[in-house]
Amino acid sequence: MSETTVGMADPAVRRQLMADVAQEPGSAKPDSILSVDNITRRFGGITAVDVNHLEVQRGMITALIGPNGAGKTTFFNLITGFDKPSSAGKGAHWSFDGATLDKTGASAVAKSGMVRTFQLTKALSRMTVMDNMLLGAKDQRGESLLRCMFRPIWSGQEREVEEKAAGLLERFKLLEKKDDYAGSLSGGQRKLLEMARALMSDPKMIMLDEPMAGVNPALTQSLLGHIQALRDEGTTVLFVEHDMHVVQHISDWVVVMAEGQIVAEGPADTVMANPAVIDAYLGAHHDTDLGDDDLLDEGADLGPVSETVSDEQGSQSPESHDEGKHA
Amino acid sequence: MDTILSILNATLREAIAPNTAAVAIAVIGLNIHFGFTGLLNIGQAGYMLLGAYGMAISITYDIPLLFAVLIGFVVSFVFSLILGLPTLKLRGDYLAIVTISAAEIVRYSGRLAAFEDFTGGSQGIFGKDYQGPFISLSFLGSGRLTLLEFNYTDVADGARWVQVLGLIALIGAIVGAVLLLKSLKSSGGAVLAPTSSTVRSALVAAALVLGAILTVVVPAYADRDTATDIFSRVVAFVIFTSIVLAVLFGGQAAYAAWKTSKGRKAVLAGALIIFAVLAIFFTFPKTYDRTGVDGWWVRMIAWFIVGLSCAVVFLLVRSPWGRLLRGVREDEDAMRSLGKNVFAIKMQALIIGGMFGSLGGMVYVLTGTVQADSMGRSLTFFAYTALLLGGAATIFGPVLGTIIFFSARILIREASGAYIPDAIMTNSQTEQFSYVVVGVGLMLLVIFRPQGILGNKRELRFNV
Repeated sequence: MSETTVGMADPAVRRQLMADVAQEPGSAKPDSILSVDNITRRFGGITAVDVNHLEVQRGMITALIGPNGAGKTTFFNLITGFDKPSSAGKGAHWSFDGATLDKTGASAVAKSGMVRTFQLTKALSRMTVMDNMLLGAKDQRGESLLRCMFRPIWSGQEREVEEKAAGLLERFKLLEKKDDYAGSLSGGQRKLLEMARALMSDPKMIMLDEPMAGVNPALTQSLLGHIQALRDEGTTVLFVEHDMHVVQHISDWVVVMAEGQIVAEGPADTVMANPAVIDAYLGAHHDTDLGDDDLLDEGADLGPVSETVSDEQGSQSPESHDEGKHA
Repeated sequence: MDTILSILNATLREAIAPNTAAVAIAVIGLNIHFGFTGLLNIGQAGYMLLGAYGMAISITYDIPLLFAVLIGFVVSFVFSLILGLPTLKLRGDYLAIVTISAAEIVRYSGRLAAFEDFTGGSQGIFGKDYQGPFISLSFLGSGRLTLLEFNYTDVADGARWVQVLGLIALIGAIVGAVLLLKSLKSSGGAVLAPTSSTVRSALVAAALVLGAILTVVVPAYADRDTATDIFSRVVAFVIFTSIVLAVLFGGQAAYAAWKTSKGRKAVLAGALIIFAVLAIFFTFPKTYDRTGVDGWWVRMIAWFIVGLSCAVVFLLVRSPWGRLLRGVREDEDAMRSLGKNVFAIKMQALIIGGMFGSLGGMVYVLTGTVQADSMGRSLTFFAYTALLLGGAATIFGPVLGTIIFFSARILIREASGAYIPDAIMTNSQTEQFSYVVVGVGLMLLVIFRPQGILGNKRELRFNV
């Protein structure tokens, strides 16, 4: 890991580091691990993603938030090689850890240390949980066709990988399920499995697409702990999340997307006070609990919320387009 | 009773026929494509045809057998590249379309009058033009051989009841073995204890020595004077060593397993299977030439290759590479997100499975001619039927499925020929009728036992 990650476990150091960063879209970071320029993606007439410039700081937790259809998942797909930008060859450029990724395929992106998970989990159903995990490890000698038939060549490494997988499964409370088929897991458990599997390769940066959706509150707590522990060990985290409490709780930096563009950047509390963000995404009552009966009894003014809802519906098509592609 | 026994006799003849073994090898390859990797290859017969042409044409140009076989493999390798490069990056359906058309292109090219000098056109290449080098490798000697030498005719002058008794013993052994294996499967867990590396090396060394001794001794007993060349010796050495190796490792595993009650069940099941095979040949002894075109030599080699193929597939799929195949079958995008080169994995699987296909094709023509239409679409569909019957993504499923598929068809044909009056169905119609019944059987199988005979139902349940 780079020098700058030393001491990242200390919140004061992180705040100090980001204090000088301009709180505006596309601001330069002191030590960016991922930097993206001029990346656009159009689905027919709709522009799903149109990002001029974005940098992600190394060794921190960056949250990517925005209304449904803002292009967050498409953005993930673009930079991880699962989709090609419409602006390819026309100024689109993005690089990870110093290496350019303009023409890199999805598997090579993952090999270079940027591993992602999916919003709709992709567990390998007819394989055991353990086999799912073992697939996550990289540079396995036994994965070469020429060597795989001779067990002594890979059995030692296989044992190491299995131990590591068992350790991660333990952390994610899946160890007792290790011999079950992944298809028998619940939705939340699959999220956990996918995250644990991604960690098998010791990524430099992990990109989580809505990791908390469908996970129960107690588990969310421990997942948050895991993510923070990852950061403290030096892994950069970029995640998409709709739960604002989660975002506020763990992210060091927040990037807000709306209609394909980055509209705001900054620390969580500052961004959430930003009027543009409230208009586009949060709504005026994002801090109040809408399930609170008292609020309804008092006949509180919920006007802005309903405005936001209609706003969301208006910009939903690019996202659904994108999901249809991956379903 | 006589009719029943003669029907069963014909069924057994088909079950051990070289052609059944040849198709089994091709199905083993198809299992790598479809069962493990999820590649829908509907052109396995095309691979078989290419392997057969590659070997046979090379031999007619006086290329030694070993190189002729290698040429067959190279041809199938190139065929895989041509099929795979444009299609493997696309969705799976495209491979299905391309393979079925490519196999047809190969077949029609083989029939083409323009290539008659090489392929023999629609008549094909006659066996006598290319089978010589293979037959001259034989170390089994000349004359005829009956298996088993000790059979029902040696007991009570071959009275009917001896044969019936043998049949009952056979059925009993099969039922017993199946019940034992079922109870093992339901209790789960591993039966085999891992062997230490010293024991393993000792067994391998012993097998090498014994194999060498047998290579020298057995041809002497077989009173033969042909095939003294080095290649023939090497083939003999490989075969003997492998057999000794299998026996030694089997014996060692049985000895180690005997210590637990579950292991004892497994050993007992294995013994019952061996007993069943002996009972089959005791009740229905088979007599063929030791060496000739359709004799024991070609049968032995064909089934030896089947065993070897199973061993190779076992070694491949238990490894991390085999895990990659199954991962690709489940979800290609997930594999990409884990940094695996999906295209390369699919290409490797296509090439390996295709090589088994071409090997099957080479064995297929050892008893007949290389005729394009004998390896057409229908053979591919038979291969799929056999695969689904035995159980996809298993090691022995393809072999068991092929044997049952081919012998069941003969059983139906012979039985309907014997018992259905000619007024309802003539002898020529029973052939078609057997295919109809097999087709209906396949439908019932897919509905009531979709995982096949050996497949894992639990695995199938999560088919998304």
